[in-house]
Amino acid sequence: MKEYTPRYVGTVTKYVFVESPDMTPSDLAIRAYEISKGVMIKETCFGLQITGSEEEVDQIIARLREFDPPHIFVKDRGFPPGDPRRCRANLGGARPGYFGHEFEISLIRHVSKGIQELPGRPPDQPVHPVSAATPVRLDARKLQKIIESQES
Amino acid sequence: MAKVFIYPTTSLILSDLVARFGHQPLSAALQVREKIQTAGLESPPLQITPEDPKKGLKYAAVEVPSGVRGRMSLYGPMIEEAEAAVFIHDADFSFGCMGCARTNELIQFLLRKRGIPVLDLLYPRNDEEGVEFVAAISKFLQELPGGGT
Repeated sequence: MKEYTPRYVGTVTKYVFVESPDMTPSDLAIRAYEISKGVMIKETCFGLQITGSEEEVDQIIARLREFDPPHIFVKDRGFPPGDPRRCRANLGGARPGYFGHEFEISLIRHVSKGIQELPGRPPDQPVHPVSAATPVRLDARKLQKIIESQES
Repeated sequence: MAKVFIYPTTSLILSDLVARFGHQPLSAALQVREKIQTAGLESPPLQITPEDPKKGLKYAAVEVPSGVRGRMSLYGPMIEEAEAAVFIHDADFSFGCMGCARTNELIQFLLRKRGIPVLDLLYPRNDEEGVEFVAAISKFLQELPGGGT
């Protein structure tokens, strides 16, 4: 074993995912660069990675969230961007952790819908979260697509 | 602001929603960050050293595989800190640090044993379930100390 000297000590790295019909990751990156003030920003296919002091990163994320609140999602990351232990440039194949993101991004539009609907929901309305016993219902969007395909 | 343990601890959706509603998510990334930002002996990829399974002995017996004990050295401190927990049970597959079924069972057991508020959920499969999913998390988090937004 040899000595380990960590890089970027004292910084935090956060992922910013955008899954929006109105905004692409490059739109978000341009806006992030405008307000970054020297914080490290890496543009990715799904959004951004932002590395800097916790206060600076939180400020930038708060600003970015304002652009499209229901469609921008944020998560902590343990490694800084480009770390050879995680970066796919060194390892080949998908980055470890990518599959988890891929799975959750595939259903995050339902969560966005929930975030959009929440303010209009009466506070005393009972909640019925999904349980194992809940039957699978046909998604309204799928039904709409079926109707449209029959009409055309 | 309450510290909320999220399961899977790598979940983007839970991490975002807990923070969005004004609480602190306890996710694997926080522990991994602490490990890789601490100087010591090189032990890639996660800087888990032979000392960590020993720390895991606090949470699992010595005959339990070292993989479980090593993982518990990451999750154990977060379980002790947690003031509430949100579980999603049907992650299509477990990934990364969550890739050990026995550790996952132990995490859930230890959290329930602590008697803190726990919310059990499944992933939403359509928009209607998404609305209920977000409403359930929002209501649960509002009832915690610190309230959220």
